[in-house]
Amino acid sequence: MTVPTIIGTETEFGISVKNAREQDLVAASTLVVNAYNNRNIPTILWDYAQETPLMDARGFTVEGENPTSDDANNSVINDILINGGRYYVDHAHPEYCTPECTNALDLVKYEKAGELILELSRLAAEQLLLDNQEIIIYKNNTDYKGHSYGSHENYLMSRKIPFTDIVDGLTPFLVTRQIFTGSGKVGAENGAEDTDFQISQRADFFEKEVGLSTMVERPIINTRDEPHADSKLYRRLHVIVGDSNMSEFTIYLKVGITAIILRLIEKGVVGSQFALQDPVAVIKSVSRDLSCKNKIALKDDRNWTAIEIQQAYLELAHQHLSSKERTPVVIDVLDKWEYVLSSLKSDPMSMGQHIDWVIKKKLIDAYIDRHGFKWTDSRIRMLDLQYHDLRPEKGLYARLLKNGHVERLLSQEEVVHAIQHPPLDTRAYFRGTCLRRFPNNIHSVSWNSIVFNVPTGFDKIMMERPHFGTQEIIGKLLNSCSVDELVNKIRSDD
Amino acid sequence: MPREKQQEYRDHPINENEEIQPNSEINENVDDLTEDLDALLDEIDEILEEDSEEFVENFIQRGGQ
Repeated sequence: MTVPTIIGTETEFGISVKNAREQDLVAASTLVVNAYNNRNIPTILWDYAQETPLMDARGFTVEGENPTSDDANNSVINDILINGGRYYVDHAHPEYCTPECTNALDLVKYEKAGELILELSRLAAEQLLLDNQEIIIYKNNTDYKGHSYGSHENYLMSRKIPFTDIVDGLTPFLVTRQIFTGSGKVGAENGAEDTDFQISQRADFFEKEVGLSTMVERPIINTRDEPHADSKLYRRLHVIVGDSNMSEFTIYLKVGITAIILRLIEKGVVGSQFALQDPVAVIKSVSRDLSCKNKIALKDDRNWTAIEIQQAYLELAHQHLSSKERTPVVIDVLDKWEYVLSSLKSDPMSMGQHIDWVIKKKLIDAYIDRHGFKWTDSRIRMLDLQYHDLRPEKGLYARLLKNGHVERLLSQEEVVHAIQHPPLDTRAYFRGTCLRRFPNNIHSVSWNSIVFNVPTGFDKIMMERPHFGTQEIIGKLLNSCSVDELVNKIRSDD
Repeated sequence: MPREKQQEYRDHPINENEEIQPNSEINENVDDLTEDLDALLDEIDEILEEDSEEFVENFIQRGGQ
């Protein structure tokens, strides 16, 4: 059984205040997130009752505290976005979650809209600081000193798929996909083998094959079982192993292809045929193989390169996706996947306008050529970090994009539009449109619920199917009725 | 200062129902990075954070997820 494609990403951003006497990262993150909320919309709370991060997909619950928040704190650290996404303070980082999307191109658009939201709030927050102080926000995953923060992808899957099938089918894909999803990093961390430059920002931080934790001993496959939807029908696969990407092309391939692999697992055509002998070691060795040519030992003693493993997955996709599953975006993703694999095979450096790690590597190589710096020089580390700087005038990726040096998938207008408009074809449409139309009548929101405040009292409407609540299904009613009528109508249809 | 910019971002009129299609082909016309590399490297020399050693050393984050 397959379910509709629903994808969302969560990005934790690095943050720094220049010329601050001390770095209070929680205060800085809170300042930035709050600075964005100037929409004259009353405070709407995040509904933590729907969160169960301690539930394990392997069938047990870990002891610990579920997240909660008192109302005052809740409103300070949460901003529910009119595009259907969420913007909040997570630990000591600002975090942006995209709304639910049905395809990779929409996902890229909403993830990029999130970067603009961060930049807008950064500018607003700076007005509140001393003149010589400046906030800098990085879309990266590490401080190069062993502290990593994540970029997580979420994919809706059928509950009927045994979790072990996901682990078997997905692990070899995840540890080899970094050849086209890595953002590149100077140096090594977390006790991993030293290197000048490696493909992935995050690879050094993965120490286990499977597990629930996201902050220590990180696992390649995360078992958090928090579907944010009807748990009898769905699971939400929480992929924590990826890098934060700057390149639109890289994000597009990362989520587009991963969604295809999960579809193949649901169809039963990807099983344990590519199982690796030691995935935890391989994720680090692939990250250090800039030629993409080293052999990887499979459990059945075959030795394949990362590219060969990816080509085998691609072949299965070509064979088994139905015509209905071949949407325009899926066809385009398959084409680009094939193009990237053949390019990486002939010369990885040929991807210098497409794949983050190659774009960054080429830039650093040229800079080293000009100045003769060593890889360990602080200016090279600065260049690495500044690639991820979100300021349009300072960020190196931003400058490359502006000057036409990297591939674009979307116009600036499309991305700007996504700041204030939800996708039309998921429940994010219902959420975003209710926030726009009835801001004074919404008490709290979660991914799968809205609590309305109507004359009859608080009324919680559940949205347990992410592909419902679309413009097609509810647009006409939503844009013509009052909030009381809306709640009554939904209740009478129950 | 950011007000006008924010307004500009927010008020941009776009047809809600317009569907976005992906590029079916890789754009072959993007300038090759090497062509005007010199200009780019000049730019980096200008915008790279000063005192990079201190900056990189002081960039310490708390671990996240």
